[in-house]
Amino acid sequence: MTTPDSEVVADQRPAGDGDDALLEVRGLRKHFPVTRGAIVKRQVGAVKAVDGVDFTVRMGETLGLVGESGCGKTTTGRMITRLLEPSDGQIIFEGQDITHVSQAKMRPLRRDLQMIFQDPYSSLNPRKTVGTIIGAPFRLQGIETEHGVKRAVQDLLEVVGLNPEHYNRYPHEFSGGQRQRIGIARTLAMRPKLIVADEPVSALDVSIQAQVVNLLEDLQEEFNLTYVVIAHDLSVVRHIADRVGVMYLGKMVELADGEGLYNSPMHPYTVALLSAVPIPDPAKRKGRERVRLQGDVPSPLNPPPACRFHTRCWKAQEICGTVEPPLVEVIPGHRVACHFPENAPEGAGAKVTKAAEEAGLTEQSG
Amino acid sequence: MTQDQTAEPVADPAPRAFLDVRDLRIHFPTDDGLVKSVDGLSFTLERGRTLGIVGESGSGKSVTSLGLLGLHNRRNAKVSGEIWVDGQEVVGSSPEQVRRMRGRKMSMIFQDPLSSMHPLYTIGAQIIEAYRIHNNVSKDVARKHAIDMLGRVGIPQPDRRVDDYPHQFSGGMRQRAMIAMALSCDPELLIADEPTTALDVTVQAQILDLIRDLQEEFDSAVIMITHDLGVVAELSDDILVMYGGRCVEYGSAEDVFHRPEHPYTWGLLGSMPRLDRDRSERLIPIKGSPPSLINVPVGCAFSPRCAYAELNDGRSETERPELREIAPGHRVACHLGREDRHRIWTEEIRPRL
Repeated sequence: MTTPDSEVVADQRPAGDGDDALLEVRGLRKHFPVTRGAIVKRQVGAVKAVDGVDFTVRMGETLGLVGESGCGKTTTGRMITRLLEPSDGQIIFEGQDITHVSQAKMRPLRRDLQMIFQDPYSSLNPRKTVGTIIGAPFRLQGIETEHGVKRAVQDLLEVVGLNPEHYNRYPHEFSGGQRQRIGIARTLAMRPKLIVADEPVSALDVSIQAQVVNLLEDLQEEFNLTYVVIAHDLSVVRHIADRVGVMYLGKMVELADGEGLYNSPMHPYTVALLSAVPIPDPAKRKGRERVRLQGDVPSPLNPPPACRFHTRCWKAQEICGTVEPPLVEVIPGHRVACHFPENAPEGAGAKVTKAAEEAGLTEQSG
Repeated sequence: MTQDQTAEPVADPAPRAFLDVRDLRIHFPTDDGLVKSVDGLSFTLERGRTLGIVGESGSGKSVTSLGLLGLHNRRNAKVSGEIWVDGQEVVGSSPEQVRRMRGRKMSMIFQDPLSSMHPLYTIGAQIIEAYRIHNNVSKDVARKHAIDMLGRVGIPQPDRRVDDYPHQFSGGMRQRAMIAMALSCDPELLIADEPTTALDVTVQAQILDLIRDLQEEFDSAVIMITHDLGVVAELSDDILVMYGGRCVEYGSAEDVFHRPEHPYTWGLLGSMPRLDRDRSERLIPIKGSPPSLINVPVGCAFSPRCAYAELNDGRSETERPELREIAPGHRVACHLGREDRHRIWTEEIRPRL
């Protein structure tokens, strides 16, 4: 099921995976089978939601994952927290391979690995009080708290800026922003090391978004948290992330520190994505050069061969449809998967092409 | 708030503007109390211009748009005020009269194209139906028109896609089909209620371009309702900021973005991370959350969240500020004095944005 050319990426060791790497993802894949037939199900294809992604998350940093809907960013987040079983690849958390660890063995790890969900309306049980919801992790993990669970929950409520007296209220009594705070309090209960936040603010109003973004930053400082923030809003990600990965159709196409990515994007897709963001300044309406992408994202059921973006790319040449560009570090801290990168030093594209050829050769011999 | 907004008194029967909304109030009596979704809103709009209505959820912006089209539920909504579209009044008209205007004079692009199209009819059938209600033409002519419209909004192979069902279209294409349907009868007033909220940025850019091009082509008046300040900045000539069912600031796009006068507008600008500025260390959120429309705070609705409310000697909590013209075409509803507002904006707010 795995295409040989995408194996290339998996062979590359992510850069900067020194001792400070908290999470390492190598060649991660998730293929959802598409079956046909009522009684005897046979597989007729696979949705390649995530198809060979690798990155490292360092201790204390925030990694942002951006991309359009269907690019596989949520699936990646769910695999990291093991809410989905990866089809292939490796997830290494604190030096331990957790790719296929069983549910029972995963449970103690969940203390360190938590998730914040997108929709604060559907991620809280409407029939449980806030106290029960936030206290659940203590009960599940069997943790004894010094002054009882109630006190611990009330402390948490205070940490996220809610009134501790609201302990006995139900989720429907809270607004969207407050519910998201409840979700964050629940995540914090176990004092995790890594939090995967899947679109933590996209369901909230602008004025509330800023409150939650600030809260996430404060908590990171206070509890030394590491975040993987998944979002489609490029400006929110720029604000909170130290490093940003851009995904397109199940592949990571660019991975760089925030400043590098936003100031000199290299992959044509990143360039297009950034230029599509509306700028809240009417004076800049005119004279802005825009890259307009044509058409829609192709179906992940049958993605284009080699570079996934070549069908919509204005720089695409013949090689883009035949040789898949691997994610290569072209300047320190800036990795891109493109044969003809923008804003890149001389020879960066050749570097990518060469890496692709080398990988292709080793593949044939092996 | 209305009397000083329009030059003519409310009773004047002959409005000069193409769209003239005067003291529009839409209230919903419920078991919990009266929900004042829109409470005294007035504005005008000429053809060929775009008005952006900005506000958070529950500020009454969508209810306004439904009221303009007469789409509110007549059994439980209490509507008062006047809406003049091209010399014709909407609020006092019978449902039959409004129905005849809807589609032809004014039409709407909804937020979620999947739930606002009928899943069991083809895209073509839905456009043809709308066209044939307002134009006495044969099915074949209407079909040709539908194909033509789909082509105009950039759907590839429109002669084949016209027979597809909504679920066979992608999100961006559905929104295009929705726009084709809304424009099929050359409406003079187009209301777009969060037209791109459900879409990805690259598709959003395509749709915004499309709306802009089509507006030039048809010379229609466009009302753009959104919570995204970036989208309004891209498209709007004028901007109306709503809070708690009322207009708190109205002005040209340049005024609202470069010389905003209301603390709520400052808050919106401060809470938004921006790609066109250097990365700020911290966002400046507005404290608290939007008010419930059943219990709108007495006095200025924004006062509980306003950082400058105490500068007004308690008037913020007791007296509702009227919308006053502070510069030609720029109106603000705030108790703060002119000098105070200027000082706060130039000294405290602008440097931090």
